[in-house]
Amino acid sequence: MNSDSYIKIENLSISYEEDDGGRTSVLKNISLDIKRGEYLAVLGHNGSGKSTLAKLLNMILEPDSGKIYIDGREITDPSMTEEDVFDLRKKVGMVFQNPDNQLVATIVEDDVAFGPENLGIEPNEIRKRVDDALSVVGMSEHAKGEPARLSGGQKQRVAIAGILAMKPDCMIFDESTAMLDPLGRRDIMNTIETLNREHGITVIMITHYMDEAARANRIVVLDDGEILMDGAPAEIFQRHEELKACGLDVPQCVGLVHMLGEQGIKIEGECHTPSLCADAIAEALKKR
Amino acid sequence: MRSIALGQYYSVDSPIHRLDPRVKIVLAILYIVIVFLSANMLSMALILGSAFLLVALAHIPVKLVMKSVKPIVFIIAFTAIINIFWTSGEGDPLLDIGFAQIYKEGIVNAVFLMIRIFVLIIGSSILLTYTTTPISLTDGIERLLGPLKKIGLPVHDFAMIMTIALRFIPTLMEEADKIMSAQKARGADFTNGSLIQRAKALIPILIPLFSSSIRHALDLATAMECRCYRGGEGRTRMKILKCGTADIVAVISIVAFGAAVICLNVFFA
Repeated sequence: MNSDSYIKIENLSISYEEDDGGRTSVLKNISLDIKRGEYLAVLGHNGSGKSTLAKLLNMILEPDSGKIYIDGREITDPSMTEEDVFDLRKKVGMVFQNPDNQLVATIVEDDVAFGPENLGIEPNEIRKRVDDALSVVGMSEHAKGEPARLSGGQKQRVAIAGILAMKPDCMIFDESTAMLDPLGRRDIMNTIETLNREHGITVIMITHYMDEAARANRIVVLDDGEILMDGAPAEIFQRHEELKACGLDVPQCVGLVHMLGEQGIKIEGECHTPSLCADAIAEALKKR
Repeated sequence: MRSIALGQYYSVDSPIHRLDPRVKIVLAILYIVIVFLSANMLSMALILGSAFLLVALAHIPVKLVMKSVKPIVFIIAFTAIINIFWTSGEGDPLLDIGFAQIYKEGIVNAVFLMIRIFVLIIGSSILLTYTTTPISLTDGIERLLGPLKKIGLPVHDFAMIMTIALRFIPTLMEEADKIMSAQKARGADFTNGSLIQRAKALIPILIPLFSSSIRHALDLATAMECRCYRGGEGRTRMKILKCGTADIVAVISIVAFGAAVICLNVFFA
């Protein structure tokens, strides 16, 4: 196994039972290698199996076949004890879609402390971790506040702090921005990027927003339980037609460049984020 | 967002607010016992005085306290009246209206009872609900009942259930609001009609509310599992409750108060 690979998935399949007794496959024989410190986006439309993948990584679901290794440990090993699962969940944290359904306590700092408390950490150390985690997500001033009085984006930041206080190696965001307004979404994206860049946390971001996926280092496109594409955002978004065929779009700026191309205006270089796109267009204008 | 008051907690800084919740629960229980021990005019006066002292110490506006007593005025009055008629004393009745007699003892009893209930409500709400957040109250109960874990009572689990229930009250209220608006937008009428009609109109609110709370519960359970929750065992707490000087002073005061009430009972019987 590659030494810097953090999560390794081999020939993973899972299906669920239908009401009529038949089985529907959700993931079909997928293999994936995620490196330590990577910032990976998993793209796919509804029902592509992307949330199922997240739940498999956190041992909420068990696969029908295939293996998953996390940090060198095979988590699909049937001999995994409860203690092993506990250790695994300590390493891989998960942030869900609805912030309301993740917060346990009625006071922000108590909620952030919930994870470390479960780990059985010393009170002084918990205090320190809670304060640190809240300052990373920029919620220190609300430490004594009630989650019910926060906005969606703020609640989600508290949820992130709650995971962060457990000091995980990797964080999975399962459509964590889907229920937020644009402002909250931007906050969460910035927080996620800080975690990845400054705190070395491996990020797996499950999303169906192209603009969010474009900011990752690597994109995996899931379609109907299979990996359709895997590569850097610039590569992925070149394959405009294929993405469209599986019900996905490209980021607006990529779409713009495509439309300009159709009009005979060639724009060179990477253009999957607004700033890259602006640079590329400026470059093209200079050449004219 | 509209503000949702959880319980009666009144947020100010006062010596009573700062007490350890465990101590406050014990104090409240002792206080209730002492209130029932009082048996004559003098001890009654003392407990009445103590109730006002508590209100002053907790920095709670008297108006607010009176407002919380209002709903039980009827109950107090009712018990008092029953007491007046049902107590028979020695000597001639003060008033004899054939089917009922009123004795002097009856009136005294009724007044005592009124004072006791009044003090009871004020004392326990000042010591507990006004000055302690629901969450620290739950915390205090969990720790006080901690020893019962040894005989297999799931104390931690009960406390966790309480905490989550408290946490979700505002969320569910918000949701009920949304559902009601949605139903109103489709012409539902919650304010007119007979009681039965209005109760029936609530069904379309309750059913979605139930189904969504089950969804909340499932999601929350998954999220808690992901945060390594596995019950109370092996769990530590960030906030350690510490009994300070103020707590000791409070306990000593209540013991002295109890002693005073008993002395007044015995020596001025």
